[in-house]
Amino acid sequence: MSLDLLVSHYNYWVVIFLMMVGFYILISRGNLVKKVVGLNVFQTSVFMLYISMGKVSGGTPPILVYGETDVLYSNPLPHVLILTAIVVGIATTSVGLALAVRIKEAYGTIEEDEINAIEARTEATE
Amino acid sequence: MSAHLPILQVVVPLLAAPFCLFLKRGRAAWGLAVLASWAALAIALALLGQVMQEGVLSYAIGDWAPPIGIEYRVDVVNAWVLVIVSGIGAVVAPYAMASIEREVEAGRIPLFYAAYLLCLSGLLGITITGDMFNVFVFLEISSLSAYALIALGQARRALTSAFRYLIMGSVGATFIVIGIGLLYVMTGSLNMADLAQLLPEVWDSRTVKVAYGFLAVGFCLKLALFPLHLWLPNAYTYAPSAVTAFMASTATKVAVYMLLRFFLTVFGAPFSFDVMALDRVLLPLALVAIASMSLVAIFQVNVKRLLAYSSVAQIGYMILGLSFATVTGLTATLLHLFNHALMKGALFMAMGCVMYRIGSVHINAMAGLGRRMPWTMAAFVAGGLSLVGVPLTVGFVSKWYLILGALERGWWPVAILVLLTSLLALVYIWRVVEAAYFRDFPGDESTREAPWTLLGPTWALVALNLYFGIDAGRTVEIARQAAEVLMAGIGP
Repeated sequence: MSLDLLVSHYNYWVVIFLMMVGFYILISRGNLVKKVVGLNVFQTSVFMLYISMGKVSGGTPPILVYGETDVLYSNPLPHVLILTAIVVGIATTSVGLALAVRIKEAYGTIEEDEINAIEARTEATE
Repeated sequence: MSAHLPILQVVVPLLAAPFCLFLKRGRAAWGLAVLASWAALAIALALLGQVMQEGVLSYAIGDWAPPIGIEYRVDVVNAWVLVIVSGIGAVVAPYAMASIEREVEAGRIPLFYAAYLLCLSGLLGITITGDMFNVFVFLEISSLSAYALIALGQARRALTSAFRYLIMGSVGATFIVIGIGLLYVMTGSLNMADLAQLLPEVWDSRTVKVAYGFLAVGFCLKLALFPLHLWLPNAYTYAPSAVTAFMASTATKVAVYMLLRFFLTVFGAPFSFDVMALDRVLLPLALVAIASMSLVAIFQVNVKRLLAYSSVAQIGYMILGLSFATVTGLTATLLHLFNHALMKGALFMAMGCVMYRIGSVHINAMAGLGRRMPWTMAAFVAGGLSLVGVPLTVGFVSKWYLILGALERGWWPVAILVLLTSLLALVYIWRVVEAAYFRDFPGDESTREAPWTLLGPTWALVALNLYFGIDAGRTVEIARQAAEVLMAGIGP
């Protein structure tokens, strides 16, 4: 793999790095709030993927320039899609955090291993 | 009016949902939910009739012509799935009244119906749309409302189950968005019919293959294919009974539909089977899912969890049909979508009746219940026989076509495995029957049969189980047409 390829595709490397960081937090952390944060980072990396791929080299922001016909615009569609996906991401985060609050009320903890221990104990008494 | 049916299919339940919140009283919200879900079923049936007569319907939203605008595209395949989803929605809604009043606190009941209708409209939206990004939006509408519905369960473990489902479901949905994004990069289109034309030119690119991989993992998470099923058993066990009956019969079915739609219509059967070897990847997973999950189900003591594991096994049968890569195999898959919705719906609704009266679905708590709640347990037995695949039930029709598909490919061992795993289903259903009919009733003498508001919808599904088991001609015909449409594809 040449250095050129590495540099010219740097946006994808950023995306992959963020995605793996988010995924790692999601899997390795036992704290439910940290899991939600990891999920958020994971989703944000996909937003970056979409937004960076809508960029046209030398293109202006997609705002109509009056009187000029040969303006090169960046592709606005991925941006619009990601606006929707950001809303979805916020909704997911808020549902996740709301569940974490209710789990805290019901179990007194948001640490996954402690919750598992409590559940194992209640299952044994059933 | 009839020209606008495709959009009304989604908009009616979607608009009814916020009104449920304004209606402060639970019963009023319930009435609205029943009306909206029945309207959705009427629209779905009308659409199916229209598609069977006139062929594919295309609806341009806001009159923006596809592929620029969002297109709702109805063919036999999704008209069929629309009928399944809205049919189950229409049966569970009247059932929910008594069941939810018992299991959810009064203040949250209007919220429940709002989330229920949102989930329904999300599932219908995934099914009807012809635009890939629209699929993602509706997927999240249905998933987010599903997390909320599951968290309404009585036990506190409902919360942890919903949280786990949220994490895994969101990862799955994000994988699907990555796949959609990569396809958009390669083709510049989000319209499924348009993509089917454009994709063959770029088949060889690695990006398309990576997109395929991301989509495959995302769909398999959503449809709970072994080994990505871990979110399902707890979610189904601890959700309110009406929610379990609804979700088990619709959510995973719609995920299977998404997989078929993307991999057979958008990518095309030649790409999926010849280039990506989808059939050879899915076959072992399906077989392991069927055998291992049926075995696990045998050792469960909570009957809702038993049925949940059985659901994972049944999803294996659907994927097995797909992995035959033939029209007969796909016919079996599409038939089983419908038939499994009927049988699992009936079984989980019978468990809701038991929950309503004795407050538990533990197998020991159900001892002797056959004499106390004869109609409920009879419904469970009928649904169970259908699950096993006894003749004169819908389960038999599915298994018949599945085995035909296996024999058509000359795969004798697979056909034998299908028969053997049916016996495993018999074992786990028998454990419940043994407890209910052959043990003494230790509990309270005042335990009575469930009210008719619960039994009516349950028996409606049981009756459909028997009706379509005896007169399978029409369902088989529709499923076969849908399978032919999927296998033929719409590519160049």
